[in-house]
Amino acid sequence: MSDKSKSITSKKTSGQDERLKEVSKLRLLLNRPELGAVGGAILVFIFFGIVAGDTGMFSAYGTLNFLDVSANLGIIAIAAAMLMIGGEFDLSIGSMIGFAGICIAIPAIYWGWPLWVSIIFAFAMAVLVGYFNGILVVKTGLPSFIVTLAMLFILRGATLAITRLITGRTQVPGLRVLIENDPIAWMFATDTFKWLFTWLGSMNLIALRTDGTPLATGIPPSVIWFIAATLFATWILMKTRYGNWIFASGGDKNGATNVGVPVGRVKISLFIGTAVAATIFATIQVLDAGSADTMRGNLKELEAIAAAVVGGCLLTGGYGSAIGAAFGALIFGTVSMGIFYTDVDTDWFKVFLGAMMLIAVVFNNYIRKRVTESK
Amino acid sequence: MSENLIEFNNISKFFGKVIALKDVTMKLKKGEIMCLLGDNGAGKSTLIKTLAGVHKPDEGEIVIEGEKTVFDSPKDALDMGIGTVYQDLALVPLMSVTRNFFMGREPLKGPPFLKTFDIEKANQIAAERMGQIGIDVRDPSQAVGTMSGGERQCLAISRAIYFGAKVLVLDEPTSALGVHQASMVLKYVVKAASQGLAVILITHNVHHAYPVGNSFTVLNRGKSLGTFNKKDISREELLGMMAGGEELDKLEVELEEMNRINN
Repeated sequence: MSDKSKSITSKKTSGQDERLKEVSKLRLLLNRPELGAVGGAILVFIFFGIVAGDTGMFSAYGTLNFLDVSANLGIIAIAAAMLMIGGEFDLSIGSMIGFAGICIAIPAIYWGWPLWVSIIFAFAMAVLVGYFNGILVVKTGLPSFIVTLAMLFILRGATLAITRLITGRTQVPGLRVLIENDPIAWMFATDTFKWLFTWLGSMNLIALRTDGTPLATGIPPSVIWFIAATLFATWILMKTRYGNWIFASGGDKNGATNVGVPVGRVKISLFIGTAVAATIFATIQVLDAGSADTMRGNLKELEAIAAAVVGGCLLTGGYGSAIGAAFGALIFGTVSMGIFYTDVDTDWFKVFLGAMMLIAVVFNNYIRKRVTESK
Repeated sequence: MSENLIEFNNISKFFGKVIALKDVTMKLKKGEIMCLLGDNGAGKSTLIKTLAGVHKPDEGEIVIEGEKTVFDSPKDALDMGIGTVYQDLALVPLMSVTRNFFMGREPLKGPPFLKTFDIEKANQIAAERMGQIGIDVRDPSQAVGTMSGGERQCLAISRAIYFGAKVLVLDEPTSALGVHQASMVLKYVVKAASQGLAVILITHNVHHAYPVGNSFTVLNRGKSLGTFNKKDISREELLGMMAGGEELDKLEVELEEMNRINN
């Protein structure tokens, strides 16, 4: 939201209001929504640097591990953040992940579709689900919390029922053999920068297996998708007309409508966004595991919303950032993996997650007051 | 041939059995400020919404620059140059001055299909426009929530003018403001009129309306009590004509009575 222009700032020397102090760079920074998440991430890294610095957590292999977990969460957190900025929630993200998984696996394994057709089919279903969520919320005026809570149950139940009906089981294995030579699957299943890791291994800079290949083989696809999603979402929010409409729709629905913002269309597109993000998450995981599971993605919607909130999104809409949500996901991913490298029992992870969210909400509330009431 | 910029001829609006407006007639020239006065429930809101294209009148006609016009939607009214500033201002406090100024009508730059919001240009225009009103926005990226009520009102008016309003319709622009803030807004309204806009100022505050208005239309229970030029009517007469007038007279008598008893 801070669209600074040099030509303006340089012009303000004369006729300045004497009651105002020069706004320092630091103060401007303090008003950014992602400040809390970036600060939190730095603290988390310092903490694990001290308690787990010599355990291999920050080796190439360990780093890629926690980055992979963060990235998967980040992909859905960014979409959830954009929807929250637009003033709505999507509680069906987790169920959509399970649903998208079987939309890929059942056609590919049981109906003999090529894998790439199954993947496109899953994305088409995601657009449909997102559109349905959106149109229901926009047309009925009901809170999205309720509408998507219903969708959470419907999708999860349908996933389970359809899978058992067709396969007699709740898991669909056997996908791994289909990945090779598929025209689309590589986008969700290939590690990149392998040459770099091979080279680092040959120079003995990173850990090797006994057969001489590096332990960390390349950047996992989730990380690439995560970075791309962060950049894309930030570009949309900060640099496009549609981004301005997202803030306006979430900030004041009536006001936005009065000046001609197509609030309904904006919200529907954001619901499609969360469903598509859930499907990207599902595709990566299904191809990585080689199987689809009806329970995949369980409770992920809450983690995504938690990451978005830690990243500075207000629950009331109209405020937040994609970069913040990305850092929120990074915090959760780092802690959930890092905790294995410490003496702390992993059972405490959820306690941390909850505490982090509480602190974030209190902090964000304070920030919002500063932004809107600093007269 | 008509020199009136906008005419409302015998406008009526019914909601079921309720007569919200009956035979209301108003005429405005360029540069004229007409104050529409009336107490709560006099039909002001209905009249604004008819002006803004939200309601279609059941009887009567709207004439703009000599041509009979029908507004099918608020967008129609906007395209014909009717800029309505509602009481809630349609401003988002959490968004920046610039983002609010251009909300829904963002300037774009760049190649087709990759057009981006031209924030530099938008910042520059917003700061320039606010500067013309004498509001120095230190930083157009500051949130609107940090501005005073008067500044927000001026921002909303300035936005309507920038986007081509020829007739400004202002709904209670001073009702929530202190004396200083209200005078800032009224000064700006006078300035806008002097640049050739017609202004319809809706208010129930005669003291704010009288100094700036050229003519006054008084609404009472959906009917117009007439339009008066400033030279033909005093502030007290106007006050008396509004529904509250008689009651205020009564109040005055009662207060005098009390004073007499106390002394």
